Amino acid sequence: MSGRHGLLDRLDERTLERRIVTPEGIPLRIEVARAGDRAGGFLLDLLIQFLLILLLILTVGWVSGWDDDWGSAFALLAAFLIRTFYFTWFEIRWQGRTPGKRASGTRVMDAAGGPLRSEAVIVRNLMRELELWIPLVLLFMPEQVWPDAPGWARPLFSVWALVFLLLPLFNRNRLRAGDMVAGTVVVLAPKAVLLPDLGAAAPAEAAHAFSDEQLSIYGIYELQVLEDLLRRTDAGRREAFEAVATQIRKKIGWQGDVKTERFLRNFYAALRARLERKMLLGKRKKDKFAKG
Amino acid sequence: MSLDRGGPKGPEGVGLRSTQFRKEREEVWRELEKLVQHAEKRGVRSLPAQYLVRLPLLYRATLSSLSVARAISLDRNLVDYLESLCARAYFCVYGTTHPLRDALSGFFRDRFPRAVRRYRYHMALAALFLVLGTLVAYVLVARDADWYYVFVDGHYAQGRDPAATTDELRQVLHRGGRPEELGFFASFLFTHNARIGMMAFALGFLAGVPVYLLLFINGLILGAFAALYASRGLGTEFWGWVLPHGVTELAAVVLCGGAGLILAQALVFPGRHTRLRNLALKGRDAGVVVLGAVAMLFVAGLIEGFFRQLVHDAVTRYLVAFSSLALWAAYFAFAGRERPA
Repeated sequence: MSGRHGLLDRLDERTLERRIVTPEGIPLRIEVARAGDRAGGFLLDLLIQFLLILLLILTVGWVSGWDDDWGSAFALLAAFLIRTFYFTWFEIRWQGRTPGKRASGTRVMDAAGGPLRSEAVIVRNLMRELELWIPLVLLFMPEQVWPDAPGWARPLFSVWALVFLLLPLFNRNRLRAGDMVAGTVVVLAPKAVLLPDLGAAAPAEAAHAFSDEQLSIYGIYELQVLEDLLRRTDAGRREAFEAVATQIRKKIGWQGDVKTERFLRNFYAALRARLERKMLLGKRKKDKFAKG
Repeated sequence: MSLDRGGPKGPEGVGLRSTQFRKEREEVWRELEKLVQHAEKRGVRSLPAQYLVRLPLLYRATLSSLSVARAISLDRNLVDYLESLCARAYFCVYGTTHPLRDALSGFFRDRFPRAVRRYRYHMALAALFLVLGTLVAYVLVARDADWYYVFVDGHYAQGRDPAATTDELRQVLHRGGRPEELGFFASFLFTHNARIGMMAFALGFLAGVPVYLLLFINGLILGAFAALYASRGLGTEFWGWVLPHGVTELAAVVLCGGAGLILAQALVFPGRHTRLRNLALKGRDAGVVVLGAVAMLFVAGLIEGFFRQLVHDAVTRYLVAFSSLALWAAYFAFAGRERPA
């Protein structure tokens, strides 16, 4: 499995879902964060940094009376530390998250599935210098670094900034340069809620309300579509129940007289029981087109 | 899990095995979920000890539940939930674990000097470029002072050029200042140099070419200055002015440049791994070097900002220069070595 030596395994070319293998050898599904989520988190972090520095300057100015060299020395140093180590500090302390990442529901992880090492965090954030600050400074305040920059310098720096800004969009794991150097990847922080078991609610008679023939039509795919349907909570669910129930009744030739939702729940439980039994015997009926 | 023979018709409901399975294990999952939620909000280390001990146990139990659920359950919500819970717990268990303080002490005791030693040839190469630049500029300017204007930008020289009188040049070497001004000066120097150092590292990502240039150009400027001062018989005083902080600062610049070369090498000559994997492996070591170099630049900023402006005695200046050289040499040669058992 390439996840052990390389980056995440792709589950599907088109989506951002990946698979990691935990050190216990169990594969887990992880979703790579979208560019929009990351940009949102990053902008929020920038804003927080800006506010922190502003607060710092105001406090230092207020305490030291605005015209004190020690005060400005301290402020300069502290502003540098905030700007350089904001991300590093939070990502080490909060296991790969910063306030912005928390808000946007993303987090940093080791791309090979191992522990997130502090070196990796340090490196991925040092690279921001190259990706963001250098081109920005060169673009807007070139005299600080290169006093007599020729005319072609500005477009060049714009291209530089743009290349690094867009780099994540041109690779499959949405890696920016810092992620590449550090071997990290930004993923969506997983969150799923455990809902009630639909199978537990079905009454015992559901099990023999359907014949084996009736249950052998559908496969796992249809079962899970039915699960999604039954878990719906929106206003249009009743209509959808009606439509699906009509179709199932027709397909399996159902004669009974049971209320629509009851019927669907019973059918779900019975179908799941049958498919799970089959699965234990090693037969996975993928969908209604598969045999078995 | 007790896999009873319970056929399709159990006492409760349809008697799904997966339902039975969920009933038996759910308590464990809920407990893990609570711990993980707490850890996500307030950090893993905020968990009381008795829970901290439970975390890996619950995590492994839930991972095994996930394996079982994948094999026996077709309840998609359940599998998704377990998968997500395992991933969250995985981040708690395998996220960065050591506290920042421990990481820092271990950093200067072991990791930084070790990383520098491991990549000593990269560092040597970076130093070579710096020295080469210095020599080239020194020789050229010593032979023909006009070369000076090629190497040193007018803004940067601030009047320190071949047109200046010897006295003017000497004055620069002995400029003093009030201590409170110097504080600002020192912190300006540090932040400025640290940014240059980090830039030297990050530029390694562009195949290293800019790193060579940066080191070489820095060498050129240093060499041009040295030649200018030497031509007025101020050579000793000049080096006494540069070296006390220069030893530390130049060493740090060389380390940053060397770290950039590590990146460049990983990209251009990936070796056994894929380019990306190799970059990730080497990049972390390079980052360690840069972080250490930033700390060195902080020290250099203090020396340059305070010491250089306050102490004007040549002997003391040379003393500090050589002792800092000896200190760094000893540090990088011996710190963090594993003792033979």
